[in-house]
Amino acid sequence: MKLALGPHQYYWPRQAMMDFYADVADSPVDIVYVGESVCSRRHEMRLEDWFDVAHVLAEAGKEVVFSSLVLIESESDLKVLRKLVGQPDFRVEANDMAAVQALVRAGHKHWIAGPTLNVFNPATMDVFAEQGATRWAVPPEMAREAMDGLLAGCAVRPEVEVTAYGRLPLAYSARCFTARHFNLQKDTCEFRCLQHAEGMPLKTREGEAFLTLNGIQTQSAKVYNLLGDLPALQASGVDVLRVLPQSEHMTELLALFRRAIDGEIAPAEAFAQSQPLMPEAPCNGFWHGKPGLEQYVAAA
Amino acid sequence: MTANHPIELVCPAGSLPALKTAVDAGADCVYVGFKNATNARNFTGLNFTDASMREGIRYAHDRGRKVLLALNTYPQAGNWPEWTKTIDAAAEMGVNAVILADPGLMRYANRTHPELRLHLSVQGSATSYEAINFYHEHFGVQRAVLPRVLSLPQVEHVIKKTPVEIEVFGFGGLCVMVEGRCSLSAYATGESPNCNGACSPGKHVRWEQTAKGMETRLNGILIDRFADDERAGYPTLCKGRFAVGDDTYYAIEEPTSLNTLELLPDLARAGVRAIKIEGRQRSPAYVQQVTRVWRAAIDRLKTDGDRFAVQPKWMAALNNVSEGQSHTLGAYYRPWK
Repeated sequence: MKLALGPHQYYWPRQAMMDFYADVADSPVDIVYVGESVCSRRHEMRLEDWFDVAHVLAEAGKEVVFSSLVLIESESDLKVLRKLVGQPDFRVEANDMAAVQALVRAGHKHWIAGPTLNVFNPATMDVFAEQGATRWAVPPEMAREAMDGLLAGCAVRPEVEVTAYGRLPLAYSARCFTARHFNLQKDTCEFRCLQHAEGMPLKTREGEAFLTLNGIQTQSAKVYNLLGDLPALQASGVDVLRVLPQSEHMTELLALFRRAIDGEIAPAEAFAQSQPLMPEAPCNGFWHGKPGLEQYVAAA
Repeated sequence: MTANHPIELVCPAGSLPALKTAVDAGADCVYVGFKNATNARNFTGLNFTDASMREGIRYAHDRGRKVLLALNTYPQAGNWPEWTKTIDAAAEMGVNAVILADPGLMRYANRTHPELRLHLSVQGSATSYEAINFYHEHFGVQRAVLPRVLSLPQVEHVIKKTPVEIEVFGFGGLCVMVEGRCSLSAYATGESPNCNGACSPGKHVRWEQTAKGMETRLNGILIDRFADDERAGYPTLCKGRFAVGDDTYYAIEEPTSLNTLELLPDLARAGVRAIKIEGRQRSPAYVQQVTRVWRAAIDRLKTDGDRFAVQPKWMAALNNVSEGQSHTLGAYYRPWK
């Protein structure tokens, strides 16, 4: 089982991002997804910077994948997409059908069907596999049982990647909720996301942490954590675990996942050790076919 | 007006009476769903049985109108046959098109019923001409419903770059998230628009009068609390008041309706082929009110052309049936925030 670092969801100053990926290059992760997938206004990292990061990671032995923008609205978004698809060195994760169209047109044969492509059944997996998708990033809201059903039914089994750690990306909008909070329009947002390294916590009126506002993206408040469910992930034949970036304890978390995957530490113990590394309480409901925010103790 | 084709008015019907009302009030097309999870308005007491579907289709066709069947959720391996059987039934009953979101289903429909017209649902999240053209080239999709995220110039740009007819939302409840890319309801309740055809489903809702006011909860999560002089709204989870920093406000979206009546000439000029009214879950009275206003406006546009002006009585009638009795242009108006 491989370990992947998913695409960065937040907007950080360029140097902070460069430092983050320098640490990742030294971490025990196999695959790194890079690129801006959330907001086209985020320009601290230019595309050239991402390519620099990608080459450094590749030289460190990582498989590097460029993750495409989830919400494509303008012709300039499409231009960036065409540049990603046109480069010869790295695979691309398609997070939108425009990316699929561009990859298919360019004749790519080893792309990744991203979690927002909504691949929920064998027939749809077959459509994308025939068009060159060889890895499937499971939509986070999909339960293990449904995932198993898809894999049993599709013509060619793809490599399977499951989001196993991080605040879950739950929704995308034309509206920027961070700008809205500061009463700013999206086009003149003053890049307020830069001041919120892990987004802005949204709580209910009785103080319960519910969601996280991250620009145009809404995330869970709780941190999805499938470390305790590792035996089930392995039993289902999951090939890759995706960990999403956070601002602190990243390399410790990746090391913990590595040791758990390699059997050097029991899953329950790994889950326990991950607690102080998490910015919020854990949840794993989606994997169990329940509301995402719930937390289940994995059956032995 | 440079549009070569008249704009079709596409109206919702959650029941046979609503369908007949929509037809009588001037809908060109009525969109409907069966009583199951195959469509994104899978609510208790709503939608059509086989018999009522047949009668509805007959009623509409006798009057020269079309019936479009929404089959716009994403099936999974365990329930796949329910969706394909529904497509088969739709083809056999003679619906004018099926509205799909799932590529696997599109391929099934395209191969099994090549004569069946396919529309891309808003749940397919296609926000660019490249995305739309994929569905056209691979499955023969002939119309796409745009998610409510693009500005008017962006809509126009899409239309210029695709052979697929474009349908946009004109009025009704406003999803502030990209349709098909929202798991908020699944996160809170385990049921999602994508897989279960329901957002913030009623069985998870609790209304509770407390000392602090009327509280609305979704699976136990406090969505909003209303003072005595406030009208308590349904706890759709993105339309509650939450605390961010020191502020408690509608952090995601107010309870408000989309209303693009004033943009009608611009939409026509841009080449929009159909305008969709949201609200299969609403009453026949709502359907009648909204359909009449939009029929009148579209007809007036044909005769008045550039002199078209929105009549105050139209807006008043629409505001009467709007969520929160207020409306917005949403993302069509770029400064929306």
